[in-house]
Amino acid sequence: MAAPALKLKFAKPRSGRVIGDSLLGRTIRIYIPLLVLLVVTLFPFYWMAVTSFKSASELFDFSVSPLWVREPTLDWYRHLFTETNFPRWAFNTAVVATVSTLISLFCSILAGYSLARLRYRGADTIGWGIFVTYLVPPTLLFLPLTFVIRELHLFNNLWALILTYPTFLIPFCTWMLMGFFKGIPRELEEAALVDGATRMQAMLRIAIPLALPGILAAGLFAFTLSWNEFLYALIFMNDSLVKTIPVGVTQELIHGDEFFWGELMAAALLGSVPVAVLYSFFVDYFVAGMTAGAVKG
Amino acid sequence: MGVRARPDTPAVLKRRRVRIFDREAPLGYVLLVPTLVVLGVFLLYPFLFGIWLSITDSELGALGNFIGLGNYRFEWRNTDGVFYTALVNTFLYTGVTTIFKFSLGLAMALLLNQVIPFRRFVRAALLLPYIIPTVLSYEAWRWMFDPTFSVVNWLLVHTHLAAYPGPNWLGVPANAMAALMIVNVWRGTPFYAIAFLAGMQVIPVDLYEAARVDGATRWQQFTNITLPMLRPVLLVVLLLSTILTFADFQGPFVLTNGAPYNSTQLLSIWAYQWGIPGGAIGLGAAISLVLFPLLTIVVAGVLFLLRRPE
Repeated sequence: MAAPALKLKFAKPRSGRVIGDSLLGRTIRIYIPLLVLLVVTLFPFYWMAVTSFKSASELFDFSVSPLWVREPTLDWYRHLFTETNFPRWAFNTAVVATVSTLISLFCSILAGYSLARLRYRGADTIGWGIFVTYLVPPTLLFLPLTFVIRELHLFNNLWALILTYPTFLIPFCTWMLMGFFKGIPRELEEAALVDGATRMQAMLRIAIPLALPGILAAGLFAFTLSWNEFLYALIFMNDSLVKTIPVGVTQELIHGDEFFWGELMAAALLGSVPVAVLYSFFVDYFVAGMTAGAVKG
Repeated sequence: MGVRARPDTPAVLKRRRVRIFDREAPLGYVLLVPTLVVLGVFLLYPFLFGIWLSITDSELGALGNFIGLGNYRFEWRNTDGVFYTALVNTFLYTGVTTIFKFSLGLAMALLLNQVIPFRRFVRAALLLPYIIPTVLSYEAWRWMFDPTFSVVNWLLVHTHLAAYPGPNWLGVPANAMAALMIVNVWRGTPFYAIAFLAGMQVIPVDLYEAARVDGATRWQQFTNITLPMLRPVLLVVLLLSTILTFADFQGPFVLTNGAPYNSTQLLSIWAYQWGIPGGAIGLGAAISLVLFPLLTIVVAGVLFLLRRPE
């Protein structure tokens, strides 16, 4: 008997073939809108890819269709890896995203469990309090935070990002994990308590292992959010060697008014690949996480 | 699952529960400590500090003197109406994009909830704009809206939807705002769709079967089953997205950065421009703090809807 909320199988799609549901009807109602959505959604990525393989002269030649590459070249990629700090930015981004995700997961697993499972005075208020932090987005915090980071001497130090990212990761992860913990039948833990386990053991050996899909979903989400973060990285990281991909690409691949679109798009594509790959593998966990958070939260 | 329940469980449990309740409080608080420390130091403290900054003439790296509501007064009066532009734009940007993201997201979720070939692939593909780093995809859009080599215009001209050379997307105030909104809708819709889809998956199938037996049309099923059952999800998503769009920074910063002539100025961008490149941290803090009461009102409204009994 597995906890029902943790099943990652999707409910059977419901509007299967109904009488009177012709292929033509389905085409007009479903396939055509879907195709339009797919084209609009994916075109910018296609354009990114196409641009990154074009030579400098081909980039600005719209006399023939720009939608295809005539003489593909890897020059932009070569330039990106040899002439810019892109590899360094990629490394920084990976380090910051990984460590801040781990910190956030640690905090929000404990907090999520505590708020969803344990009964004590003030739990509801604190739960609301954590949710209310949504009202204080980074846009509101970045200016005072510059002073805090200065005081801590963390300018141009990756720790500045590792420590500040959890402020927006923890609330979301906690909220998501609360949904997952609520989905685990209480009886499982109570049975363990009856058998002499302590509350801590019940949490570590039963609740947390069962919430693993939720933890994976929350971790995935946190990793993406920190990989994509821009504002804090823009302000706290001025030295080229400590920049993350989003900041490095937008700040250093543009020289004055000159846009090296080929190189920019190559960097954008490479910067997107890790999260895109992660998602194509774990999209089901992501949806399951949304379900737990949105439906039960 | 590994733990066997004993036949005498219920009686024991009842006695246990009382004792467990007593012992849960300390652990409950202890588990919250890491979260509260992080949020306290890097969220609550800066927030309160920001309120203080906004009533001082602080500059980058130097704490200033108390100047009362001077920054707010400056913001209202001495900025040639940019404050009003930014305020109106922030509302307009949030309002318009939210309406589009909501309806398109709902449509996308309904489509994804159907029996379609390559379901997994389609779902992952439609989610892409939301997960790819915003500034990177916005750079692609900026290139697509290039004043002379816009592929969007090339497509518009070649499908005869626009006359050569096509609109100047980022150089004309109204167009630039439209471009900002289009890209935000492009990026934000998948989040709505995935959350709505998640909500739809848990609606019991029997409801639809019963409705179908009673001869309900597709539209009736949608308005009488799907929408009411989805209501909590709709509201939560609306809440989160409104907050995030209201405070949106990175996308607009990359695409227009307030240009041309402050016509796409948003409170978030404007606060940054004064605070970091401009060095007037106090004033910047005052500008960004204007967001807070506005956000609170919006959130209170959505929460009110959320709590209203059926």
